[in-house]
Amino acid sequence: MPAVVIEDVHKRFGSVEVLKGVSLNVEAGQVVAIIGRSGSGKSTLLRCINGLEVCQSGRIEVAGHVLDQDPRRLRELRKDVGIVFQSYNLFPHLTVGENIMLAPRIAKGLEAADVRKLASDVLTQVGLSEKFDSYPDNLSGGQQQRVAIARSLAMQPKVMLFDEVTSALDPELTGEVLIVMENLARGGMTMLLVTHEMSFARNVADTTVFMHQGKIWEAGASSEIFAAPKTIELKSFLSAGTH
Amino acid sequence: MTTFGWPEFLFILRAAAWTLLLTVVAFAIGSLGGGALAIMRLSQSRFLSLAARIYILIIQSIPVLMVLFMSYYGLSLFGIELPAFFAASASLAIYVSAYLAEIWRGSIESVPFQQWEASSSLALTRTQQYRYVIIPQAIRISLPPTVGFLVQLVKNTSIVSVVGFVELSRAGQLVNNATFRPFQVFAAVAAIYFLICFPLSRLSRHLEGVMHARRGH
Amino acid sequence: MRIQLQFEPVIAELDLILHGILLTIGLSAGAIILGSALAILLVGFKSLAGRWAGALVDTYVEVMRNTPFLVQLFMIFFGLPLLGFRMAGTEAALLAMTLNLAAYSTEIIRAGVDSIHKSQTEAGLSLALTRLQVFRYIVLKPAFARVWPALSSQFVLMLLASSICSFISVPELSGAAAIIEQRTFRSFETYIIVTCTYLLLALSLKALLFWLGRRVFPPTSGLARIEAKRSTRR
Repeated sequence: MPAVVIEDVHKRFGSVEVLKGVSLNVEAGQVVAIIGRSGSGKSTLLRCINGLEVCQSGRIEVAGHVLDQDPRRLRELRKDVGIVFQSYNLFPHLTVGENIMLAPRIAKGLEAADVRKLASDVLTQVGLSEKFDSYPDNLSGGQQQRVAIARSLAMQPKVMLFDEVTSALDPELTGEVLIVMENLARGGMTMLLVTHEMSFARNVADTTVFMHQGKIWEAGASSEIFAAPKTIELKSFLSAGTH
Repeated sequence: MTTFGWPEFLFILRAAAWTLLLTVVAFAIGSLGGGALAIMRLSQSRFLSLAARIYILIIQSIPVLMVLFMSYYGLSLFGIELPAFFAASASLAIYVSAYLAEIWRGSIESVPFQQWEASSSLALTRTQQYRYVIIPQAIRISLPPTVGFLVQLVKNTSIVSVVGFVELSRAGQLVNNATFRPFQVFAAVAAIYFLICFPLSRLSRHLEGVMHARRGH
Repeated sequence: MRIQLQFEPVIAELDLILHGILLTIGLSAGAIILGSALAILLVGFKSLAGRWAGALVDTYVEVMRNTPFLVQLFMIFFGLPLLGFRMAGTEAALLAMTLNLAAYSTEIIRAGVDSIHKSQTEAGLSLALTRLQVFRYIVLKPAFARVWPALSSQFVLMLLASSICSFISVPELSGAAAIIEQRTFRSFETYIIVTCTYLLLALSLKALLFWLGRRVFPPTSGLARIEAKRSTRR
């Protein structure tokens, strides 16, 4: 039973069709990188998976939850699917620790002591245990993004989505975030990442999917996709370098 | 006890006309005062600036009712007994001048400091900077809050009945005392105020939207 | 012409003034607390309950903001008894002040809530929080922090507006002044004392609210990004 099933998904924004029939299966523990030009629909596809965007037709099933618009089912789904955003979206009025502890406490109803331990564990996992009582404002971009990852991990998700999480970072700060993601991948987490980091996709992702004009243009093992692109669009995308 | 009929309604409408006139006069006089105060507030002279600041702070920290009473009874101390309309206008003008001064000062200070740098680099004097560069921009910035304040003024004219002037609210009170139909009477009064104020509020919001679009927010 | 001011008759009525001060403070505090609570409910109602709820709240806010407080007071004081509510002046005053302040506060708080970027809401929803939880834990406090200065100003204005309740013979500070003036015929002296009292009350409230803002929304926590639009031309 695949962790993520995407079947013939179509999505329109007004009159513009952004996803034109996308199908994809992701097995548990698989790491999938989604690459493509801006406007190819990569982020939209990712956001459909946890229900932030609604698709007009097609079927999505993730971690055993079928995606529909029922708020209660959507919440159950979101307990099992974590997402990390390009602009981290940490809550500025809460400390790092409070950011992480909030959802496990009020959405999952865990006990305060358990939540605290959980929070400090995931914070250690991303290498920021000493920042528990700091405010996000006092952290660098890379640190904030790692906190964002920890915040999603605290929900103990089965699938993690990453939406261009290093694009907003200064180049010297992306490394620390990519290391965390690599460790997650080695630990067996099912991950879908929209990324411009081609070397990360090639070395860490099992599968790479190239999207173009709302469709999956090419997909396959990362090593093959980068070494031997079959279509002209992928060839020109790769030779043009990262966007 | 009479019913609330056309004669009563016309009485209220006539009072509404007085409300409008009072508003216009108070705003006109208050604008002059407000402009002068804003200049004082921004002047190089610390004395003038401080004096203006204190005046504005006091007026903004007391009820309009008190401004009314203080100016009315203050004048009568000197033996000056103004007819009700003029007493009301003068008192409201004092109130208006303080608030407009603050709004306009804020507008002038909102003009980006780069405008000052650019105009002084072109060797303009301070007065020329104000006249050709700063004030024109400040006027545009000041339009939404000034129109918004006009709405406040219309509403605040409701209290001048304490100096014996019959404006819209007092007319409502009188008609209610005669007819004992508070819902109809005050609904009519409220509706008239609403018809005056709501378009002004909308205008203020519209101007604010236009301004933000211009500044590229 | 010599001006002769006699303050003694007014000072003799000090107890009236003190009761007036207490009533002014009580009415204002009551209106601030109840009005803010009502405003938060209305803002929450509007953002969570759909378009018709929003239109209803908007109508209420527009009507209250485009009609004078005095007329609202008259409507409540003279009108509600006809519906069977027994309404003393002070009760009518508190109700009118609460409803009026709630309308202005709703507008201000709503602007604060709207200024919270929707990515914050998305992050909260993605963590499996309900919309209500997102509103309560993620949106409300930063929104309040952003609009605290505007809200504080509105509270001070309400304190000053309490003077209008004297029109229905409530013995708050202005009402007390009216009574004292009638008794002593010392109009100017009465009103200068009362005016100074209002000045003290308003400035104290301003300071209190500022201090409260610093404590509840500390600047170090990255809560409020107040855009400094002031030019530095001097």
